[in-house]
Amino acid sequence: MSPQQRLSDAKNESGQRQRATLRQELPLLVWMVLVWGALWQDFSPGNLVFGLVLSLLVVNLFQLPPVILSGRFNVRLAVLFAFKFLWDVVLASFEVMYLAVFRGPKTKSAVITVSLRTESDLLVTAVGHVLTLVPGSFVVEVDRRSSTLYLHVLNVNDQAGVDKARADVLDIEARLIRMMGSKEELAALNAETKTAARAADAGEEGTP
Amino acid sequence: MLDTMIDIVAGTFMILGCLMSLAAGIGMLRFPDLLSRMHAATKPQVLGLFLLLSALGLELRSWAVIPVLLLAWIVQLLTAPVSAHMVGRAGYRTRHLKRVTLVADELALVVEEAANRENTAHGQKPGSNRTDFID
Repeated sequence: MSPQQRLSDAKNESGQRQRATLRQELPLLVWMVLVWGALWQDFSPGNLVFGLVLSLLVVNLFQLPPVILSGRFNVRLAVLFAFKFLWDVVLASFEVMYLAVFRGPKTKSAVITVSLRTESDLLVTAVGHVLTLVPGSFVVEVDRRSSTLYLHVLNVNDQAGVDKARADVLDIEARLIRMMGSKEELAALNAETKTAARAADAGEEGTP
Repeated sequence: MLDTMIDIVAGTFMILGCLMSLAAGIGMLRFPDLLSRMHAATKPQVLGLFLLLSALGLELRSWAVIPVLLLAWIVQLLTAPVSAHMVGRAGYRTRHLKRVTLVADELALVVEEAANRENTAHGQKPGSNRTDFID
């Protein structure tokens, strides 16, 4: 998928609005039916069927450009990710609490650039959401064409802090790619970690 | 016995949740600028809501409310980053930030470059050379 295609994926080549296929809309429909059931606190088949009818109506009345899924989803990694995420939310909250109470107006921060590996809109959005809730940053600006995020990071005091924040975000992205990135992205990520490990090995051998 | 245990856990969650919301409030008051304050509005607040909803789920002792509580939290997870992004983006663009609190600003370089490109292409525009008005 070239970046150019991504920019215009709401419209197809002839300039018409692209319609999502039923398969692409399926996760959205399932989610809407679950929301309907949750709101009524009633998961009986009749209620769910009525929810499905309403979901189909809503999806067809208010059309959105299709969300492109990679077709890969690792449930085990997703569960691990969820628990790690919850734990990280706790840590991040206590950190912000500490900073608010004890550091206050003296808190330093930084605006940093992170170039993501992925080209998928869904993954860029997911990374943006997760990093806002977890390490201590939020997205100030997005460059969709190059998948670049500009983040505001709290409690950064020097260049080492900037580099650490960047590494943290790339780590979140790596975990999300392992969970639901496309096969190509996963292969690229594995190749990258392999060369990094080899470089680290070579570095250790080089130093006596 | 079990009831008392659940009550104790729920009570702890409620107090912790309230503390988190309090931390968000303190952050709003104490952090130096808009961008830093957005952190207080996202992180402790999301955990605070999670703890309060968990306490509610424990106290109500009914499986039917769990999906609603979970839904409320998921919606919060989805909307808090978006609002932080929108407010932060608008704040950065209107220069509502204190540059002295920033150790590094890598976006400023990009903005400057884009402004230079714009100026050479279309000539100077009124207001394009204005400086920060907050710090």
